[in-house]
Order: sequence, then C-alpha cells, then structure tokens
Amino acid sequence: MRRLLLPLLLFGCVFLVPEVAHAVRISELTDSTMMDRAVRFFTFRDASLRNALIGSMLLGICCGLMGTFLVVRKLALMGDALSHAVLPGVALGFLWNMAKDPLAIFIGATIAGLLGAGTIQLIRNTTRHKEDAALGFVLASFFGVGICLFTMIQNVPGGNKSGLDKFMFGQAASLGRGDVWLLAVIAVLAVGTVAIFYKEYTITSFDAGFARSLGMPVQIFHYSLMLLLAFAIVSSLQAVGVVLVSAMLVIPAAAAFMLTDRLGIMLLLAAIFGLCSGAVGAFFSFVGRNLPTGPFMVLAAAAVFAIALFFGPRHGIVSRWWRQRSRSARVQRENTLKAIYHVLEGNEFRSEHVSLRELAERRRETLEDVQRQLTAVRRTGFVTLFSDAVTFTPSGWQRACEIVRNHRLWELYLTNAAHIAADHVHEDAEKIEHILGEDAVRQLEKRLNYARRDPHGKLIPGIEDISLGSIPQPADRATGFGPAPH
Amino acid sequence: MNAPDSSSTPLEVHDLTVAYHKKPVLYGIDLQVPEGSLIGIIGPNGAGKSTFIKAVMGLLPVSSGWVKIFGKSYRENCHRVGYMPQRESVDWDFPVSVMDVVLMGRYGRLRLAQRPTKQDREIARNCLEKVKMLPFANRQIGNLSGGQQQRVFLARALAQESDLYLMDEPFVGVDAATEAAIIALLRELKSRGKTLLVVHHDLASAKEYFDKLILLNMRLVAFGDTDEVFTPEILQTTYGGRLTILSEVAQTLSTTP
Ligand SMILES: Nc1ncnc2c1ncn2[C@@H]1O[C@H](COP(=O)(O)OP(=O)(O)OP(=O)(O)O)[C@@H](O)[C@H]1O
Ligand SMILES: [Mg+2]
Repeated sequence: MRRLLLPLLLFGCVFLVPEVAHAVRISELTDSTMMDRAVRFFTFRDASLRNALIGSMLLGICCGLMGTFLVVRKLALMGDALSHAVLPGVALGFLWNMAKDPLAIFIGATIAGLLGAGTIQLIRNTTRHKEDAALGFVLASFFGVGICLFTMIQNVPGGNKSGLDKFMFGQAASLGRGDVWLLAVIAVLAVGTVAIFYKEYTITSFDAGFARSLGMPVQIFHYSLMLLLAFAIVSSLQAVGVVLVSAMLVIPAAAAFMLTDRLGIMLLLAAIFGLCSGAVGAFFSFVGRNLPTGPFMVLAAAAVFAIALFFGPRHGIVSRWWRQRSRSARVQRENTLKAIYHVLEGNEFRSEHVSLRELAERRRETLEDVQRQLTAVRRTGFVTLFSDAVTFTPSGWQRACEIVRNHRLWELYLTNAAHIAADHVHEDAEKIEHILGEDAVRQLEKRLNYARRDPHGKLIPGIEDISLGSIPQPADRATGFGPAPH
Repeated sequence: MNAPDSSSTPLEVHDLTVAYHKKPVLYGIDLQVPEGSLIGIIGPNGAGKSTFIKAVMGLLPVSSGWVKIFGKSYRENCHRVGYMPQRESVDWDFPVSVMDVVLMGRYGRLRLAQRPTKQDREIARNCLEKVKMLPFANRQIGNLSGGQQQRVFLARALAQESDLYLMDEPFVGVDAATEAAIIALLRELKSRGKTLLVVHHDLASAKEYFDKLILLNMRLVAFGDTDEVFTPEILQTTYGGRLTILSEVAQTLSTTP
C-alpha cells in the first residue's frame, strides 16, 4: 500500500489546488518581460499554466517508468517506432468528428499504436527479419500515412483545427483539463501496475524463458506492458510531440541506468528525472512565449543524462577520472613513505630522522620535488616535517611497514611459490604492494610459513612490529628491526 | 502406457516432434525417465538438446506428441520442475543483483503480486551458500565471471526445490574444481530422490557422471544405462556423419508451403 502513496499524493496536488476563475490561455498572456512570465510561472496563478506544468510532470513519470522497461529489455527503438506509429490514429481520431476531442484522439492513437506493435510482432514471427527491420518499417510507413492524413485534414474546410499542429513538436500550454485528467489516470495506472506486479515484470523482462517454465503468463505481462507503453505515448503526445516522445522514454531511463544497478531504484530515478524534465520543459516553453515544449523537455532530460554520464558515482567519466587520480596520488604518497623507511633501514634505524637530502638522493629527485611530496604526505598525518628532516608519526610508521611488508612478501611469494627469478619480481611487487588487503596478507604469511627474509635477504616487517605503532629504537632493541643477524 | 504408477514417473515423453518454422528439428521422441536418476543428454551441436528441454517445458510449440510430468501435463505440475537455462539466454547487464536472481527461483511458489518472504530469502541464501556464491549476493550479475554466473543460475534452480531438474549445459565455462563441486551437488540431489536431466558436452566425463544417457541427434538414438549405451557404435551413430536424408527432408518440408 505504501507504494500507492506517491501517485495519490501527486493526484492530490493536481486537483486540490484552488481553481482560478476566468483563466486566460497562455498564448493570450500579455506580460512582456521574461521576468514577469517567470514570476507568473512560479505563482501558479492561472489554471492553464497549472495544467501545462502538472501534465508535463505526470507525463514525465509515465515515460520514465515505461522507458525503464524499454531500456533494460534493449527495446529502446520500440518507443520510437510506436510513437511514430500513433500519428495516423491521431489524425483519424480528429476526423471522427472534426474536433480535437481528447478521448477520440486517445482511442484512435492507441489503436494505431497497438496495430503498429502487432505489425512488428507479425513481421518478426513470419519473416526472417529481426526486430530492427520490423521497427524501421513500421516507424516509417505509419508515420508516412499519418503525415498524409494530416495534410488532408489541413485541406478539408471546416472543423476546429487549432492545436492539431501541436502534435508534432508538442505544446504543454495546449493541455486542457481533460488532457491532464487523462494523464493523471494513466500515471496512476502505470505506477500502480508496476508497483503491484514489480516481481512479475522483473522476471519476465530478465528471463522470459525461465518465467514461462514457472508457469507464468509471460505474454500477458508483455502485452500489458506494451499497452501501458502505448497509453503513456498517446497521452504524452500533445505536450511533447510525436517526434520527441521516444526521447522522453529513453533518456531519463538511460540516465538512471548509469546511476544504479538495481531495477527498483532505476524505476524511481527514471520517474524523478522524467518529472523534472517535464517541469523544466514546461517552464522554458512558458517563459519563452509558447515555444514548443517537447524540445525543451528533451534538452532538460539530456542535461540530466550528461550529468549522470560525467558525475555518476560509479560509471561517471569525471568520477572515474577522479578515482584514478586519487589512486595515483595515494600510490605516490605511499612510495614516499617507503623511501623514508628505506633510508631509515639503510641507517640501521639508528636515528628517527631522515634528512631531506638523503631522501632526495635515495629517490634520485631534486630537493624541491621531495619537499613537495612530503608536504602532500604530511596532509594525511603520516609524517612530521622539519626544515631539513622528516620523521614518521605512529600511523605513518605503521603504513610504511605495511607497504614494505606487502612488497617483500609478494616478492617472496613470486619467487617461492610461482618460481619466478628473484630479479624479475620487483616490478610486480611495486604495483601489488599498494593493493594487497589484510586478508591476502594473512594468507601469504601463512603460505610462506611466516618467513622473515625476502628473496634479497631484507627483513620483512611482521604484524607485531607494525602494531607496535612507535618509532623503532636503534638496532639493539629486540623488535626485529636491527641489522640482519648473520 | 497408462501404468498405475505413472504419477511417479518424473518425465514421460511420447512421440514428441518439434519444428521451427515448420522445419522439424526433433522427430518422434519416446522416453520414460525413472525417478531418482542422474541422466545426461548428449549429442552434437544442433542435435536439438536445448530444443528437447524447452519442448518438455512447453516453451516451444510442439508439432505432435505429448509430455507428462509426474503423470500430469506440464502446466499442472510446473512447480515440480526446476530449470537451468543456458547462460547465453539472458542479458547479464540487466540491473539485478545475484540475490534477486536466485530469489526468482522461488517465484513459482509465490502468488501473483506476492513478494518473496523472509523464508524465501533464507532458502535463497542457503542455495547461494551451496554454490559458494554467498559473498557475491549483492553484486550486480554482470560483474561476475562466466563460471560464477553459471553458479548463480544453478543456485536459482536449487532454490526451486523441485523434484525434476532440467539443466542446459551447467558445466560450460566452469573450471575443474567448480565442475567437481557441481557434480557433487547434483549427486546429492539424486540421493534425495530427485531426477536430473543434464545436457552435457564432454563425452569423456559423461560416462563417469551419469547413470543413464539420452543420445540425441534429431531423433532419439538411444536411451539407457550408461554402460549399455556408451558404446562406440551408438556414439558413432549419434555423432558420426550428418543424417543426410533426415536433414534434407526437413529442409524440403520447410520450403514447401
Ligand atoms: N529459434 C530458432 N529458430 C530456428 N531454428 C532454430 C532455433 N533454435 C534452434 N534452431 C535449430 O534447431 C536445431 C537444434 O537446436 P538446439 O539449440 O536445440 O541444439 P543443441 O543441441 O542445443 O545445440 P548446442 O549443443 O549447440 O547447444 C538446430 O539445427 C538449430 O539450427
Ligand atoms: Mg543448446
């Protein structure tokens, strides 16, 4: 039941807003500046604007939900084909009584849409053609018929033809109260159906064969989804237009797909993206004085898509680049820690301090470079930096020991277990040392019988040395950090 | 035919013929599978092994003949059949987690619009544990290796808790250790009285794995205990040379209106 709350709330918003009498049509508004119109938009002063906005948002929800199923079923082109296929139905719905009657148009368009879907199925089942050819055929031929009928209507005298041209590119401002009602009913239907039969729609989309083997009526779910899709398309036509409905189906869903790998979340995100795109489209169309709404909606959706593409936490280009960068920065820091350790080790841990000059010599770098790197390391709290020297903090000591241990363990493992020559293992260990997890280390240690010497005879810091957490004292202390016993 | 114990025969197939676009790919299969056995289905590529399994479950239209599961039609007894399809049959980019997929094995027992219960999750978790995939439960299925995907499918079939299992190439793309683990699982199911039909490609291991073999090549070449049918002559008839006449006739059938 909780799942039905959202549509009900939306419903409430639509129809409980007090009606303003004598609302003007948006096209008759006289506000001159864009600012005025923007203010007007946000105060929701007139009903036709409310209709436009709410209708656009509702259609965004419908398209987002249905589009998600198209995208995960790899049927994105199906939306395109169906949205073009409904055009002759719109024309016939108009011809029915030469008026723009929402119901007649809805019925005509739905029938045309289903006819298109049926034709696609028929071509696929009876010929050698795959889906793509069938989609292409239906899209073009139905659209062609639609265009012919529209031209015919323009040439027939009589009838109220105003608003009919909006079906091409969409005009949210031409949505009447009846249109919004229709959209609301369909939004509730779509949200409700998907919420109630979420399990069934998931399994039939993912693995239809398996679903049928369970005795599920897969065909019924497929066709009910196609019917809902046709409803969503047809009810959205007036606001987005025939040409761009498919973009509203595919783009919000595709953006959502980049942000998540759970179907439930994807549905939710796609609905939200659709809703936002709808609202933004309606806003710009209104502020820009009856510009077509469809293109603005699609642009808004495309912006969401671009944001997901660049900044999506997992697959986003920028996020990936950022992760890559921070990883290489970490590797850089850890290498500096390791170098300090090596210098300390070279001095047999006689002093806690490492002079910057020694470090620079060790790394074969200039003093400035070393200084810069150490400043970066200091920010993580691993070292204390003096004017010409550096010491580990306890946590820095621990991390440095880990890195050195990882490196030497890995070298030992490669030479002992994988029988790779001792002079070949360093390069690989340089990479592995930064990514070896604690579990893997435990396993390696066990596998290597807790060996203390790496293939080059150097000491491998053990867990007890690391957890010591303090700077080792000179060689005579029994921590195992002295020079190798001979 | 109508033996009194037909309800204890997991699978009975009579004169089953299956065609794609009027071109028959399986001719007149007759089979009676006894309960509690592990049976291999072998035959060359394109022999109709997958087709046979799908036809048994009614996933394909049948030209003639009938199939009975525990004495009843498939529809009536579909909850007693577990199915593991070929790995290529689904899109692995689909946004579901490993756990979601295994839970699908429980869907056959749920009512329309009913959500999986806690108990279903518990069962799904156990099945994942059995195939050693529990640590991956929350992964998206596309991030798995081929062998791991195969194990997820196996876990889903296990979650069905059926009496008759139909498995299409469960050993494809798994390493030797996993294969051994899977066959141990299948044997355990068998020892609990389940019946398993497994499509298999490797002849060398087929002899060792299965009690009985179904040898298919457009028709039923042989069906019987492994020691009896795993003979050079029968294998030769199954694999050796295409059945030229049979496939030619099939070709003409598909071209005549
Ligand atoms: N969807 C289809 N449409 C038309 N013909 C098909 C279709 N699927 C399979 N066939 C044909 O049916 C025959 C049997 O196919 P099937 O997939 O059952 O073979 P198989 O024994 O499972 O082979 P493999 O070992 O390659 O999996 C083949 O000749 C194939 O060309
Ligand atoms: Mg096959």
